Amino acid sequence: MKIDSGDTAWVLASAALVLLMTPGVALFYGGMVRAKSVLNMMMMSFGAMATISVTWVLWGYSEAFGESWHGLVGNPFQHFGLSNLLSDKSVFGTIPALAFVAFQAVFAIITVALISGAIADRAKYSTWLIFTVIWATIVYFPVANWVFAFDGFAATKGGWIANSLKTIDFAGGTAVHINAGAAGLVLALILGKRIGFAKDPMRPHNMTLVMLGAALLWFGWFGFNAGSALGANNTAAVTWVNTMAATGAACLGWLATERIRNGHGTSLGAASGIVAGLVAITPACSAVTPIGAVAIGILAGVLCALAVSLKFRFGYDDSLDVVGVHLVGGLVGTIAIGFLASASAPAGVDGLFYGGGLDQLWRQAVGAGAVLTYSFVVTGLIGLALHKTLGFRIERDAEVQGIDLEEHAESSYDLGSLGGGGLSHAGAAAFGAPTNNSAPTNSSTPAATPNRQGATS
Amino acid sequence: MKLVTAIIKPFKLDEVKQALEAYGITGMTVSESSGYGRQRGHSEVYRGAEYKVDFVPKVRVEVVVDDVDAGDVAMVILKAAQTGRIGDGKIWTVPVEDVIRVRTGERGLDAL
Repeated sequence: MKIDSGDTAWVLASAALVLLMTPGVALFYGGMVRAKSVLNMMMMSFGAMATISVTWVLWGYSEAFGESWHGLVGNPFQHFGLSNLLSDKSVFGTIPALAFVAFQAVFAIITVALISGAIADRAKYSTWLIFTVIWATIVYFPVANWVFAFDGFAATKGGWIANSLKTIDFAGGTAVHINAGAAGLVLALILGKRIGFAKDPMRPHNMTLVMLGAALLWFGWFGFNAGSALGANNTAAVTWVNTMAATGAACLGWLATERIRNGHGTSLGAASGIVAGLVAITPACSAVTPIGAVAIGILAGVLCALAVSLKFRFGYDDSLDVVGVHLVGGLVGTIAIGFLASASAPAGVDGLFYGGGLDQLWRQAVGAGAVLTYSFVVTGLIGLALHKTLGFRIERDAEVQGIDLEEHAESSYDLGSLGGGGLSHAGAAAFGAPTNNSAPTNSSTPAATPNRQGATS
Repeated sequence: MKLVTAIIKPFKLDEVKQALEAYGITGMTVSESSGYGRQRGHSEVYRGAEYKVDFVPKVRVEVVVDDVDAGDVAMVILKAAQTGRIGDGKIWTVPVEDVIRVRTGERGLDAL
């Protein structure tokens, strides 16, 4: 196959767009928590960017897209470190292998980052980082193989959902959103409720950050969905328009639900509706017409707006509604394909409402159910193991005081001038010099000065 | 001397300041504060969950004045800050033993 420069340009640009979604998630989630935990919330997303970037090039890509073992998991050793894919002879479709590697990497990153919203304000940061690596290895990479690895594209044999079951999941309603939502639910159950859940006011501390995050998500999502065409072509254009239409409709659906139920359409409702619509159209954007996309959007906006209240009824603290938005939105989009798919869209399949019968519907339901069940069970095992050994939750007092101070020794906002106590050790910590309350300093202790001079001369 | 403290609705601050200036008051201290009285708080809804927010944002205006002006100053603030609706705030007056101007060391009325 020959490399097409247009396709390659679009996929590389899309990969960058999708990478921007994870800081978008950080802002979206960060604004929603209280001021004492915004840094930790954002650091959970940034941490996932760091750990998964490294994990992906080592064994993650190979596990997801290497030669598949019975359609269940790719061979993690085949492309370990990626060095055998660097030649310009390594071409998948019309793009360089590494363009595909880059594009899929950012999917893995954001899926992991999405989970963090369910356990806001209370997760031990070191355990979270370890969790991201284990979870990606045992849950995300295999599931990505099931859903995204088509036979004969990156490997001769791909995953079972994509090739045998033939569930339509264009950009990750199952592998990304149902997967992250189910994982979030089970982690929220394992870690338990935040202190004061459903009693203390836990309002978003900064709605403008939430809106900015939602805007970046919407922007980046065009890379997520239209980039999944893996080419600058008609499929990319159709999925782009469907992504826009569904998102607008979901925003309206959520606002209308709030207006009827609570009397006001809120900015958090608009931002949440946008994300719900993006989630729901993700699997479906290649399979429906723009009218179908609007229908999916409205459905997702209304159902997710109703679903976010379930946590109070059932008493689980999915703090930022990863379940209500991503699990429910992912299910809505994945199942809706069975009803609303139209053969006039690029996927070329008719759903129930377009005379296709029940064939696609059961494939969608089984695919969604399989990912949900696998993610719930295996994440539960990982979460419990980490919780019992390393501990997954910070101490009570630390949580009350605020996780930013406990886990990162920082405060998010210094808006007043009264906080300062003076610089205690300028640069000393960075060079390992003793502090005041440890052994007396002697003149041979490495000090900041010589290194600084070296750096500036 | 008396300290007149008024807790008012934030959007009334400009009117109160202008009224005090018109009366001849030359300085005041203003701070943002929060609280509730009979008004209690208000409710806010986030993703369908209704939160009762008890502490409502207010502005605290503090003026130190000569004893004979205290009653008038309180009435000036009252007229400027009143909307007649719930949550207009409170005004109270307490005696002040001494005032010192930091720059010059002047005391008492000279320091106002």
